[in-house]
Amino acid sequence: MSVAKLQVRVEEVVPVNELITRFRFVSRNGAPLPAFSGGAHTVVEMEDHGTRRMNPYSLMSDPSDTRGYEISVRRDDQGRGGSLFMHRHVRPGMEMVISNPVNLFGLDTRAKKHLMIVGGIGITPFLSQTAQLARQGGQWEMHYAARNRALGAYMDRLTGAYGDRVHCYFDEEGDKIDLARLLATQPIGTHLYVCGPKGMIAWVLKTAAAMGWPPQALHSEEFIAPPTGAPFEVQLAASGKTITVGPAQSLLEAIEAAGVDAPYLCRGGACGQCETNVLRHEGEILHADHWLTDEEKASNCKIMPCVSRFAGKTLVLDR
Amino acid sequence: MTLTPVEPTIKSRPVYAPLEPRPGHLHLIIADGEGADAVTDMLAKTSDAGQLLASAHLMYCPGPNGTDLTERLRALGALQFFRAPTIPALLPRLKRVLVDAHMGSQFYLAGTEGLCGQAETAIMQTGFPASAIQKEHRGSTVRRVQCVHCKGITENVATDPFQCSHCGLSLFVRDHYSRRLAAFQGVNIDAEDPGDVPPSVVRFK
Repeated sequence: MSVAKLQVRVEEVVPVNELITRFRFVSRNGAPLPAFSGGAHTVVEMEDHGTRRMNPYSLMSDPSDTRGYEISVRRDDQGRGGSLFMHRHVRPGMEMVISNPVNLFGLDTRAKKHLMIVGGIGITPFLSQTAQLARQGGQWEMHYAARNRALGAYMDRLTGAYGDRVHCYFDEEGDKIDLARLLATQPIGTHLYVCGPKGMIAWVLKTAAAMGWPPQALHSEEFIAPPTGAPFEVQLAASGKTITVGPAQSLLEAIEAAGVDAPYLCRGGACGQCETNVLRHEGEILHADHWLTDEEKASNCKIMPCVSRFAGKTLVLDR
Repeated sequence: MTLTPVEPTIKSRPVYAPLEPRPGHLHLIIADGEGADAVTDMLAKTSDAGQLLASAHLMYCPGPNGTDLTERLRALGALQFFRAPTIPALLPRLKRVLVDAHMGSQFYLAGTEGLCGQAETAIMQTGFPASAIQKEHRGSTVRRVQCVHCKGITENVATDPFQCSHCGLSLFVRDHYSRRLAAFQGVNIDAEDPGDVPPSVVRFK
């Protein structure tokens, strides 16, 4: 309900490697899809045998291609089931609903240079960003680490198109990004973008901050999958309802399932749109988001229902 | 002497904060006039001022009120010290240093708004985020003002209204500020009733 929806049809389903599959969506009525900017994502709605799943995926296609959008989905066998649904059940010709693009990871075009640090499936937003830069012009350099050559999705495409701007690293071959050297040699006015596993993002941001890079020049994106956990009960004060959040359901999904209108954009703890006031609680709020500050989390006055859970007796929300 | 207070008015009016030492491989410190005090106050906050100064490039010029603390700053023993007679003579040095600068450099600007603003503009033009540049206003409050009509810039404006040094119009000094131009905006005060100019008062010293 937060962003207008797009009625699309699946045009292509292409396996990229043993873990990653690419999907291409086109509009059902043939009209062009809205333009977007590099780094944007869409929320894909899945009707998974009675469960509605809504997962954010970065748009990886060229932003100037408004005939269709492409996403790449990494299969997570331990996840809640969204990526498995995409891999097992989505076929060409299927009709689906996705959100309008939203960008929480855009390029700062005032930068003199864009330094991109990538781990694994974190490559997807950079594919649209590099396509945008190829058209608009701009200096950039990419350092892309993958477990091995077979799992380095789109490495061939990137090195083929952009040559030595793209540096590839393979964990199983013992490669490691020489981060200290890399960060020490960037011209003033460089902005850094990092997307990949949680540990890599934390390592890059921490190293850069310690070397004096200002936070305003550091950009990262990590969508958190809502964690599973013990079921819990929540009172929604504004709508006068009491709901139970299931073990594999997020609080946001439970609120929506009760027919209560709640704002959201990314559904991955990054954008801040679903921030909800906590009126009363007896127990522990299990904060999992990137949005609230440590102080806000400690005060327990707010919760991000897209990814955070609760353990205890009573939780009353202003919703 | 401490940070010059700034009345918060409109959003575009720059605000300032005391300089804080931050980690970096190069410390570019640009100051004029009483800004020298802000530099020494900042150094007093670090546990190892010697280490910061060993990787510091300090550029200084006297303030518009004549305050000249060159010798105090020279005596600090920064890796490089450069004294310019004026802001326009200082800026080319800064711009040349920026050509070869790398991320991990810290910027400390201190003194008049004209000095802080013009140094900030030069640094911003590299793509470095403006909000990551530290600025502490000290000393004279005279303003650098752009005439919005002829686009000429008058330095060290003390009175309001004042006469544009380029086109001669009587200008009202706004708090509306341009980071791109590093100047406050001056707007003709008697456009509708030519000649009806209120008496000038000294607002900036």
